[in-house]
Amino acid sequence: MIRYLGKRIFFMFLSLFLIVTATFFIMKAVPGGPFTSEKNVPDEIRAALEAKYKLNLPLHEQYLDYLKGIITWDLGPSFTEKSSTVNDMIKRGFPVSAHLGAQALLLAVFGGITLGVIAALKHNKWQDYTAMVIAVLGLSVPGFILASFYQYFFAIKWGWFPIAKWEGFEYTILPSLALSAMPMAFIARLTRSNMLEVLSQDYIKTAKAKGLNTFTITVKHAIRNALLPVITYLGPLVANILTGAFVIERIFGVPGLGREFVLSITNRDYTVIMGTTVFYSIILVAAVLLVDIAYTLVDPRIKLSDTGRE
Amino acid sequence: MERILEVKDLHVSFHTYAGEVKAVRGVNFHVNKGEAVAIVGESGCGKSVTAQTLMKLIPMPPGEIKKGDIIFNGESIVKKSNKEMEAIRGKEIGMIFQDPMTSLNPTLTVGNQIMEGLIKHQKMTRAAARARAIELLTMVGIPQPEKRVDQYPHEFSGGMRQRAMIAIALACSPKLLIADEPTTALDVTIQAQILDLMKDLQKKTGTSIILITHDLGVVAEMCDRVIVMYAGKVIETGTVDDIFYNPQHPYTKGLLRSVPRLDLKRDEPLTPIFGTPPDLLRPPVGCGFTARCESAMRVCQEYDPELKEISSTQRAACWLQHPLAQNRAGS
Repeated sequence: MIRYLGKRIFFMFLSLFLIVTATFFIMKAVPGGPFTSEKNVPDEIRAALEAKYKLNLPLHEQYLDYLKGIITWDLGPSFTEKSSTVNDMIKRGFPVSAHLGAQALLLAVFGGITLGVIAALKHNKWQDYTAMVIAVLGLSVPGFILASFYQYFFAIKWGWFPIAKWEGFEYTILPSLALSAMPMAFIARLTRSNMLEVLSQDYIKTAKAKGLNTFTITVKHAIRNALLPVITYLGPLVANILTGAFVIERIFGVPGLGREFVLSITNRDYTVIMGTTVFYSIILVAAVLLVDIAYTLVDPRIKLSDTGRE
Repeated sequence: MERILEVKDLHVSFHTYAGEVKAVRGVNFHVNKGEAVAIVGESGCGKSVTAQTLMKLIPMPPGEIKKGDIIFNGESIVKKSNKEMEAIRGKEIGMIFQDPMTSLNPTLTVGNQIMEGLIKHQKMTRAAARARAIELLTMVGIPQPEKRVDQYPHEFSGGMRQRAMIAIALACSPKLLIADEPTTALDVTIQAQILDLMKDLQKKTGTSIILITHDLGVVAEMCDRVIVMYAGKVIETGTVDDIFYNPQHPYTKGLLRSVPRLDLKRDEPLTPIFGTPPDLLRPPVGCGFTARCESAMRVCQEYDPELKEISSTQRAACWLQHPLAQNRAGS
């Protein structure tokens, strides 16, 4: 187990390194730079600016410099927001994004599982059809359309929730709903099909033959087995929520990290692009590892080992 | 002898897209206290449906008990609500299923799965139930039960899992044990062990057993009486001796002939019963076996024979038993 974890963590760092390298060179390969948008900069000033941010050095030196920065967790200054460093921006934006993401994640997981279980238990009845219509809508309508739709109805027409900004709990509801719609729909469908399969298994009949009631059978025997594939999906789900947040944060004017990420790309703000990418990658890679560990807790047949035997 | 179970004119149907499948079409039999009764017949003859109906384990809908009654311990099962059935399942009637690889929950420990019934029916504490589970595992012959009780099904072999299933079924000392092809999924040496175990436990606990199987060897070894089913009906019943030495129905005879024999030459072909059983979506009007029967007569197609008494213990449903057909049967 410990050997396995060590191995996994090593590969985690390896993939992070690859991500950093790829992002760095792709970013540099795109023509233009952080100061191209400023009008008529005299050559001397441009040279001075580039020297200040070390953009005049050869590419490989910039790269090594950057790697050094990452190892010491110094992500450099922002090119456009002169007053703050990338570390500051992450410190500022991440708690907001994490709050939104966690809320959406909880909604997606619990909402999705509940919908899926109800649909499976009421197979081919109206509850099933309703849940699946919701799921298909959630899967097929993109988040940004859903977001505008929510804003129009819940904020403008009925005025239940504020339309944008991030100033209290009521501000978090619409973006969380918009962000969780797709993963929730996916989890609902996944749970439903797994539940249906599990409910037809022999061990459910065994449980019934023991005289257990429907509630115990569903909760103790069925759901746990049906959730295994859902847990597998949690890794990609975290990625989904992170990337989904870019758009949703922008629409709802949420001052999160996703917005900074999108802005940084249009601004060619090299250090912010790199910093946010690295940060997101770390979260993702860690989430995938956590999911793998969680898997062993739910399914005793799976043991973490590098030999595959154990 | 006291009857623990009596099935009267039981009709069970399944409503499917294609129509109503009449899986069980008027089955009568009884089980005495402490007796082992076998229900034999080929796949699709309604034996498993009958067994599962006894515990109301068939999904309803699409399943439906159309007619008839099941009297268990003096009370009608058919009329009982789901809640009342929960108090009978596992406590009064235990059940062992065919495939031990799939009938245990892979995410719960074996001990946990044995304890569930004890906690529910006998209101035991977890500690007491655990002690009893270890006792039960010892009883079904699982070595190191203290260790095994905390293991998961995937750490058990097939035979061990079936032993664990037996422990689950017998946990609350049920009056009736239904074993639905308990040895079919096991290899031959393990089959013998499981049968020995069941016989042994029956002697010790005095439960009645209904054994569902298509393996006549198993029947001869375990059972007192045999019920032969075909196309949703009972076509012959009798003691083991009656059925094995004096079979009356052509189907029973065919079944016995089709058993592979050690005393035959190796290249001797087996004797099958040709053809397939009738489609129970549109069950035949007459005897279901007509199309495959060597001695079929015209009457067989038009009218269904009733069970007719052969001796005090044996009955068969065949027109050959009719006085008018006696000469023909002899020839």
